[in-house]
Amino acid sequence: MNQRHKIFKTIEPYLYLVPALVFFALFVFWPFGKTLRLSFAMTTPLGEVAKYVGIDNYIQIFSDKEFLKSLLISFEFAAMMVVFSMVIGFVLAIVSNEKIRGKSLFRTVYALPMAISAAAASVVFMFIFHSSLGILNKTLGTTIGWLTDPKWALISVTIVSVWMNIGMNYIYLTAALQGVPQELYESAAMEGAGFFQKHKNVTIPCISPTLFFLLIINVINALQAYAQFKMMTQGGPSNSTNVIVYEIYQEAFINSRFGVACAESIVLFVILIILTALQFKLEKKVTY
Amino acid sequence: MKHSKKYIAVMTFLNIVFAVIILIPILYCFNVSMMDMKEIYSGSFWPSGLSLENYKKALELAPFFTFIKNSLIVSIATTAGQVITGALAAYAFSMMKFRGKNILFMIMLATMMIPSQAIIIANYLTIAQWGLKDTYAALILPNVAAAFAVFNMRQAFLQLPMEIKEAADIDGCTNFKFFYKVALPLIKPSIGALGIYVFLQSWNYYLWPLLVTDTVNMRTVQIGLGMLQGAESTDFRPVMAGSMIILLPSIIAFIAGQKQLISGLTSGSVKG
Repeated sequence: MNQRHKIFKTIEPYLYLVPALVFFALFVFWPFGKTLRLSFAMTTPLGEVAKYVGIDNYIQIFSDKEFLKSLLISFEFAAMMVVFSMVIGFVLAIVSNEKIRGKSLFRTVYALPMAISAAAASVVFMFIFHSSLGILNKTLGTTIGWLTDPKWALISVTIVSVWMNIGMNYIYLTAALQGVPQELYESAAMEGAGFFQKHKNVTIPCISPTLFFLLIINVINALQAYAQFKMMTQGGPSNSTNVIVYEIYQEAFINSRFGVACAESIVLFVILIILTALQFKLEKKVTY
Repeated sequence: MKHSKKYIAVMTFLNIVFAVIILIPILYCFNVSMMDMKEIYSGSFWPSGLSLENYKKALELAPFFTFIKNSLIVSIATTAGQVITGALAAYAFSMMKFRGKNILFMIMLATMMIPSQAIIIANYLTIAQWGLKDTYAALILPNVAAAFAVFNMRQAFLQLPMEIKEAADIDGCTNFKFFYKVALPLIKPSIGALGIYVFLQSWNYYLWPLLVTDTVNMRTVQIGLGMLQGAESTDFRPVMAGSMIILLPSIIAFIAGQKQLISGLTSGSVKG
């Protein structure tokens, strides 16, 4: 009895971990290994290995102009999205952090886009952007094909994505603002700092850890964006919104080239890992 | 710090302007869902009256109740799964001592480094090979555990005073009993926050349900909305009505749980 009790005590903690670990093994680590394996293979249309081809898939994708262009588009999209959604989130956090009436209502409104699905946001904005019936062209008095003109399509999808991402940036920045010591603002005011100086010299340095954290999360989210592209532009017009996840989807599920798609997935993974590592390093250096 | 009246007035004004801008897409969606064709062509922002015509049409064009049922089943099961697997693992990581704890915790955190989009093809192939396409299992299983849930609940358990655990140990309370009867009830607010977050996320999934379902009967709300949009390329009104139908549950869940949700998401992750 005592012996059995002892054994149970030793293994008990692991039992609590088993459910989570089993699911991680089956749906994260195993598929990751499989993705890596398939990236070195030619596959059957069912996704089984036909034969291993070494790094051929990687050579192929890096000499494929479409793939390289999709990387570039993804970076362009991520850069625009990160800048705008963080700047807007920051401005909203600042203005709603004042002692004003209806503060909690404003807070709810600013965070609300977080709850909106990409699919719903996409269809609403598709109508807003509609070239003949859409409210945007009617208001501006223009006839721009927001989603059909290669010059505008990526910008239009970025606008939707920024709107969807404001909520998350807003709540993290608001939480961070509450951690800024009030004394710092008071001494800044004593030194005669104005509104912009105050935020530049006190707020931004104080919340820099949150800013870096959000930078990582935003880039990672942006590089993984898919639904709004599928719904609004299908990668077009003339591939101008063919971001990397859309490209991967095309290769895998339209062209049935799973090996190539897996190689592209691994490239995406490597990019995200590098960015994360870089951010962690920078965070250590730049934090005040 | 005191501000002048003028300063407060300017800030209030700015907040009103920003709030309206943020809300316009949702408001416009509602307005269009109430319009008739003439109002669409005239480009007005407000509908002249309230009518459920477009909602009726949306329900005729696509089986929205089936989509809602599917999404509810999937979201509730996913939420329950992540809370259960997350709470169990988090409890071990925060309340128990064992060998390899740090390594196992790192392994769990490492899953956060592997983005779901990078492994979605392999997961799809696995589900297809298991013959699970077009089943609830396919929609639910890959999301039953998440590192975020483990991490989040571990934070919550760590905030409990260790003395209650020590006292329970002395009283001879088994670990599982303590977990179930004492620790879990104490972190209810965190569970609520995590639950709402996971529910929203799961209700809003797009790519995974698109890949693993083929038949209309297994589609979730987000895919259903896409179908409706594809079927109705000329008339946007039923599509907007459909959007309102699928937005309503998430907006309600968000407003009901926003306080807990926001504090739950930001605690532990924000250092200041």
